[in-house]
Amino acid sequence: MTDEARTDAELVRRCRRGDPDAWNELVERFSRYVHAICAKGFRLEPHDAEDAFQEAFTRVYTRLDSLRDDSAVRPWIAQLTRRVCLDRLAAAAREQPVEEVAPDVREATLDELDEAFAVREALTRLGEPCSEILDRFFARDESYRTIGDALDIPSGTIASRISRCLAKLRAELEGRKQPVGRSGEYR
Amino acid sequence: MTQADVYDEERIGRLIGLLPPAPEGWEQAAKEIPAFRRSLDEIVSRAEADAAFRPALAANLETALREAGYEPEPRLVEALRRHLGTL
Repeated sequence: MTDEARTDAELVRRCRRGDPDAWNELVERFSRYVHAICAKGFRLEPHDAEDAFQEAFTRVYTRLDSLRDDSAVRPWIAQLTRRVCLDRLAAAAREQPVEEVAPDVREATLDELDEAFAVREALTRLGEPCSEILDRFFARDESYRTIGDALDIPSGTIASRISRCLAKLRAELEGRKQPVGRSGEYR
Repeated sequence: MTQADVYDEERIGRLIGLLPPAPEGWEQAAKEIPAFRRSLDEIVSRAEADAAFRPALAANLETALREAGYEPEPRLVEALRRHLGTL
């Protein structure tokens, strides 16, 4: 079992015990993933995507006891979210014709989101400041200046930091460690 | 070849970009689901057991909720309307 699976299993057990912090952690851990399935995988309109997002987490909360393998919570959440989105699409289609995404395109996108989740896990393992810099630049689309201001780093050094952090992340994904630089910060 | 072998840095950046934060407010609303469900369950149970509360809810949902000590948030009101239809 991977560290992530062990963490997920523990998180699910804490949620079942009614630990409110655990539920908050679970939402924080999977909110981007659930949002992406709704918005990118199924290309739901923003209002429908928001309803689907809330419905997916409601089902997660109310059906957590039916999860058989606690370490498999990510694929289980993905499956629940997909069903919610399909229900939404079917309901929308009853009201007016909707342009459906071709199933093979949808599956390719959903596969890519699974990969993106794995990259995000690796990003979290990198720790600060790399995880913050890469997230701000690639996921939040922030400029060098905004990142520099937020993290109190000269904006002229952001590009090189991004490059070093990407190399570090790539090494993490490839399962090998790079030697730590003299500063102990990046490599 | 494993999946990790085919990661280049451009692709890693693109994959990070596929998971932006959910829009503001969505995550907080999801965190409030346990409290929301507790309120909903309490109100539905009371409506089933309390013969005076049920017609009060049916007559004016928002007022009855306020008088019972609940904030009539749109999500709660909408969920209750669905439940009341089945009581």
